[in-house]
Amino acid sequence: MASNKKYWKSEAELNPNDSIVTKLRNNEFVEHIPVDEFLGDKQNLADSSTTRRDFLKYVGFSTAAATMAACEGPVNKSVPYVIQPEDIVPGVANHYATTIADGYDFASILVKTREGRPIKIENNDRADVLGGANARVNASVLSLYDSKRVQGPMAGGKPVEWKVLDATVRAKLGSLTNGGKKVALLTQTYASPSTAKLIGEFSEKFGGVDHVVYDAISEDATLNAFNAMYGERALPDYDFGKADLIVSFAADFLGDWQGGGYDSAYAKGRVPKNGKMSKHIQLESNMSLSGANADKRIALKPSEVKIALAKLYGKLNGGSVSGGTSELDGLVDGVVAQLRKVGSKAVVVCGINDVNAQMVTLAINKMLASEAFKPEEPKYLRQGDTSKVKRLIGDMNAGRIGALIIDGVNPVYSLPNAAEFLAGLEKVEVSVYFAHNNDETAQAVSHVAARSHYLESWGDAELKKGHFSLTQPVIKELFDTRQFQACLLTWMGSEQTYYDYIKENWTASILGGYSWSKTLQDGVYTPFYAKDISETVLGSTQESTEDGQVSEATVNLNAAVRSLAGTTSEGYELVLYPKTGMGDGQQANNPWLQEFPDPISRVSWDNYVTISKFDAEKLELENYNVANGGLDGSYASLTVEGATLDKVPVYIQPGQAPGTLGLSFGYGRKAGLQAEMQTGVNAYKLYKDFNNIQSVSISKVSGVHEFACVQLHNTLMGRGDIIKETTLKEFNTKDKHEWNAIPEVSLDHQETPVTSPKVDLWQSFDRSIGHHFNLSIDLNACTGCGACVIACHAENNVPVVGKHEMRVSRDMHWLRIDRYYSSEETFEADDAKKEGMDGLWGDNGSLGGFGEMENPAANPQVAFQPVMCQHCNHAPCETVCPVAATSHGRQGQNHMAYNRCVGTRYCANNCPYKVRRFNWFLYNNNDEFDYNMNNDLGKMVLNPDVVVRSRGVMEKCSFCIQATQAVILNAKREGRPVAKGEFNNAVACSAACSSGALVFGDVNEEGSEIANLVADDRSYHLLEHVGTKPNVVYQVKVRNTEEA
Amino acid sequence: MMKKVLNRTQFYQVLGLSLVILLQLFTVVSYAQDDANAETQVEAAPADLGGDPVKGKQLFNTNCAACHALDRKMTGPALANVESRLAEDEGLNKEWLYKWIKNSAGLIASGDAYANKVYNEYNQAAMTAFPTLSNEDIDNILAYTAAPPPKPTVAAAAPVDGGSTGASSGISNEIILGALAVIFGLLVLMLVMVNKTLRRIAEANGVEIAAEGEKRMPIWKAFVQNQFLVLCSVVFFLLAAAYGAYAWMSQVGVDQGYAPVQPIHYSHRIHAGVNNIECKYCHSSARVSKHSGIPSLNVCMNCHKSIYEYTGNGEGPTAEDLANGYTNEFYTAEIKKLYKAVGWDEENQKYTGESKPVEWVRIHNLPDFVYFNHSQHVTVGQIECQTCHGPVEEMEIMYQYSPLTMGWCINCHRETEVKVADNGYYEKIHDELSKKYGVEKLTAAQMGGLECGKCHY
Repeated sequence: MASNKKYWKSEAELNPNDSIVTKLRNNEFVEHIPVDEFLGDKQNLADSSTTRRDFLKYVGFSTAAATMAACEGPVNKSVPYVIQPEDIVPGVANHYATTIADGYDFASILVKTREGRPIKIENNDRADVLGGANARVNASVLSLYDSKRVQGPMAGGKPVEWKVLDATVRAKLGSLTNGGKKVALLTQTYASPSTAKLIGEFSEKFGGVDHVVYDAISEDATLNAFNAMYGERALPDYDFGKADLIVSFAADFLGDWQGGGYDSAYAKGRVPKNGKMSKHIQLESNMSLSGANADKRIALKPSEVKIALAKLYGKLNGGSVSGGTSELDGLVDGVVAQLRKVGSKAVVVCGINDVNAQMVTLAINKMLASEAFKPEEPKYLRQGDTSKVKRLIGDMNAGRIGALIIDGVNPVYSLPNAAEFLAGLEKVEVSVYFAHNNDETAQAVSHVAARSHYLESWGDAELKKGHFSLTQPVIKELFDTRQFQACLLTWMGSEQTYYDYIKENWTASILGGYSWSKTLQDGVYTPFYAKDISETVLGSTQESTEDGQVSEATVNLNAAVRSLAGTTSEGYELVLYPKTGMGDGQQANNPWLQEFPDPISRVSWDNYVTISKFDAEKLELENYNVANGGLDGSYASLTVEGATLDKVPVYIQPGQAPGTLGLSFGYGRKAGLQAEMQTGVNAYKLYKDFNNIQSVSISKVSGVHEFACVQLHNTLMGRGDIIKETTLKEFNTKDKHEWNAIPEVSLDHQETPVTSPKVDLWQSFDRSIGHHFNLSIDLNACTGCGACVIACHAENNVPVVGKHEMRVSRDMHWLRIDRYYSSEETFEADDAKKEGMDGLWGDNGSLGGFGEMENPAANPQVAFQPVMCQHCNHAPCETVCPVAATSHGRQGQNHMAYNRCVGTRYCANNCPYKVRRFNWFLYNNNDEFDYNMNNDLGKMVLNPDVVVRSRGVMEKCSFCIQATQAVILNAKREGRPVAKGEFNNAVACSAACSSGALVFGDVNEEGSEIANLVADDRSYHLLEHVGTKPNVVYQVKVRNTEEA
Repeated sequence: MMKKVLNRTQFYQVLGLSLVILLQLFTVVSYAQDDANAETQVEAAPADLGGDPVKGKQLFNTNCAACHALDRKMTGPALANVESRLAEDEGLNKEWLYKWIKNSAGLIASGDAYANKVYNEYNQAAMTAFPTLSNEDIDNILAYTAAPPPKPTVAAAAPVDGGSTGASSGISNEIILGALAVIFGLLVLMLVMVNKTLRRIAEANGVEIAAEGEKRMPIWKAFVQNQFLVLCSVVFFLLAAAYGAYAWMSQVGVDQGYAPVQPIHYSHRIHAGVNNIECKYCHSSARVSKHSGIPSLNVCMNCHKSIYEYTGNGEGPTAEDLANGYTNEFYTAEIKKLYKAVGWDEENQKYTGESKPVEWVRIHNLPDFVYFNHSQHVTVGQIECQTCHGPVEEMEIMYQYSPLTMGWCINCHRETEVKVADNGYYEKIHDELSKKYGVEKLTAAQMGGLECGKCHY
């Protein structure tokens, strides 16, 4: 039966009289389509000389012509110097010694320049203090080429000339000299003798200028405590290399605690030598780098840490301090026993920004007569005074400040009471800000003075008492910028350049006849009296502190201890901390640092609130991986005394003490930043009263945050052969085969070591002739600081891929530092659990068991493992490449010929170490990846000796073959054998490693450090049982678990 | 494949060469006469004037020419007729000149008025003392300076010659081609006529010519019907086409013979060839760096501060040069371009500070993915520059001599022995490797010079 169902297309059809329906029935389109205009004129069409065939001919011809034209090479221009500077040879790098002192990072460094462009930061091994560059310092060279830099002075947001700005400021300063209002300087910590002198003169000239030093992340408490005990506002210095026992109360001394720079000395004490290594106990709330490296980590709330510190002091004094739980008493007893055992070989440090805590810490070290404690040679890396900052804001609001000059700090971003500061700024008549970016403060002040980068500036620094260093420009100012000190000189009416000023000051009061040029070449200068200071002055200082001063301090101390012990807390305690990559946030527009994965969380492009699993479950906060591998997490809202951060991503952090939260500074900057870099939330808003510990309330808010976390697996699943570990006791007493056994495989039912040629698939070549490169990685010395990651980035033109690509595991880092948590209390227990599995189901069943092992413990052991291409002698990647793009060199390097690679990615599939990186996209000259390789300025940082890879090409660590070849060539040209350590200092990662964890060299060179390390009992290869014979060796991690 | 490319280029080279030879035949013949005229004029010029101007010229060139010219200011004043000028203007005699030349500093110190005046006028640049010159030598030099400069006659003659030569050489070229065309035309005509005549004769004799062809099957039809032959020829043509395409594609990006026009006509022939300047004097970074380096303009000025004009080899430009328009004036104009770029004020012998870097067109373009280091080859390998760059000393216009393909590099690495003598670096490795390979001398390849990673990173 036929259906007479009628389908209608629109409501209008129901009405038979609708005009549109009628029209549509006759015409296809409601409106008239003007086709006749070009098709209707038949005459015209017929007359046209262009027939369809002609048209096709034209298309074909033009396509062919375009194809032919594409075969023509471009015309390249070559423009030589008109007058070539004497010391520049095109193609040869120059190195200059300088010093970074940006108020947060201080280090004596070498800058590698090519054709006048700084391209890389290296360690200055002539410096006896802070000669190692951390990740941020390594990345600072890219901040020089920041496309968002302020390129010239501005007034009221409009560009002006310097002379206009100068005139305005001088007029203002002149009018204020005798007036009622004051001139104030709000600056970073310079630690610079010349700047201090200059500011003194400036102050004199303009009648009592108020100089306020402000550190975004304050060390005020330590400075005040040290001042109270030793009479100088400075930071005590520690030599962790001399300590047998390190007890840290929430001090992340491997991170940025008190200016950082302690990792190299620490690492020295951590490598077992003659059966001894230092022991490190960490009491903390957040999982920090130091906590991750500790032999024993105790997760406590900050309030408990304070009480523990008070108790420790009490018990060491033979008394007892009330408060806290009995469990805490037990913990402290353990620590005390160990401290007593080593006596002066112990050191106690504290990272709580609380005067009482810092005083007690200083007192404990004095009481122990700690050899690692160096109060006689204090450091000047932090000088900020929060009380003065508060007073200044008060003065500004009261209208007492006529002119405010700001340099090196970004108070509108980093002050917790930024609104108050802004209100005060309105009342300041002239405000000048030395800006790097057009940031929050730059947008609020009346005048912006474009600031020179430190690589364009002169300067000096006294990083530690009696240890001087110089900053010299390595490139002319890229833009119309000036440095702060030069402006002060100009405004004072001086004709002198700042260079002359420093030179005069140094010649008169520092050098004492020593050569200026030599100092400039070395970058550092330590007068002879300072070198002997520790031997001679030590005694006298202690004697002098025995009388008078101490008794006064003791009185204070008792009150301090009582106040500490009485610490109470309610709700969650929030610990604010600086992240390894971002620090205080100065370099937020630096894509290398944004992309740098945090050593602990392995999350890049973000900050987040860290929370323990226990609390997260309570608050229903989640972390989970989605189908593309990316990590997702809930949002939470944090409130501290009325200040609220909405939508803070939540990251569940193993090792986070229950009842505590962590949040890092340095993120959440918006102004003057490229859109991609505007990541995270601003933790400074919660930094009430400059206290890094805050009482906070947290609640879940809706939404899902997408993290860019590069490590999806957090535990080793009991695979103890990836990171081999042992205890100091076993290491000392047992045979190598017990704790560093060579894996065996079965050959004809005989267990045969995998190193035996009998079980080898490949024929071995003779590798005894010429160079044979090996890299040794000491898992004991590696602190996970990540300086090598950035150094590798800079040396090898590694592209930045952005947050999304990082999230989907397309990161390009040639060198990664894997971080593993134990699933049980220790990794040893993990191994035992895996070994003990029996069957699929049941208590020891592998189905449930492996599931459990995926989850880290509440307070896990942590291990770091830098992994790069292992340069296998029997490389699985080489055998599968269909076009032989990757092949083996005689010097042990696994070569990668990018131009030969066709991008099958077979090699990456076959690599057991997953170190090959594929260029999924074109990362240069591509607006989709708008980072440093997409603008002319940012490209200036590229290393001209290394090719920039294109799309569709595999890449990986090359053992810096450009550098090893350069070393060989230099030797050949000079007709000499390669010198000792030359290879080690050429390769980016090992040269950047100030802790000595990475050692590179030629194993065929007799007596070389690397040859000894490869032969060491502790050395092993990663996944040795695969039989790849890597040229990277790891040194077994030894933990000092001996209790008192 | 390389061979193919080479063969092709060789063919063009032969063709080009033969054309050049033809050209030269015409030009040389027609202008030898003029050159001879010019020479006689030069030699006729010097007249007898106290000293011996011929000896004087020699002395002048060795001792004075770096700072003085006859007719223009350089580091020091112009010296044409200096003796008479001083005598007339300043009232100074020859004795003063002897003193000045032998020890100018002494004369200045003695407070001599004119000595101090000159000293200050020329930026207080002290004149080198020449105590070794005898009075007689100075007389000779003065005689030379007093002689009327012979140059202008030559210079005046040159441009006229140059112009006509250029034009006539063009005509001669066309004439040759025209003549050839006419000859070919005549030949064709003759053939046609012969053919016609033969046919007429055949016709006359009653022989039928066309009938034969009509009876037999046309050859192309026979070919089409033989399918095997068709298949064979198709395969042959496809293979040939593929080979041709491959050969063509292999030369894409190979710019052998690339000789772009440069902003300044710099002649390597004159510098490296005629004047025998060592390559590495200008390309100094080749010794220590990966780049040979285009010399900065201050290097040019080391010599060109005093070489302000081109005077040729003393015999005037050769016919060949003139044919290309390379007259003395042409070269001198190029030197002026250098002065403009470097900001050299010739009048006042000063740098103006207004410089404009020269944008040379890069000839040797290696792709970015190849690492090549000059110092490795030049200093360590002690390879002559000419090995790769060809006879630069003969190149009027610099061109890319070698193909710069990977095959070319590799071939050389296979054959070249490593220069190990007196090089401390090689001592150990050479002994060990030569033992391993059982050879006396090692090639670069045996040292690992064929590994990918040595050049690609």
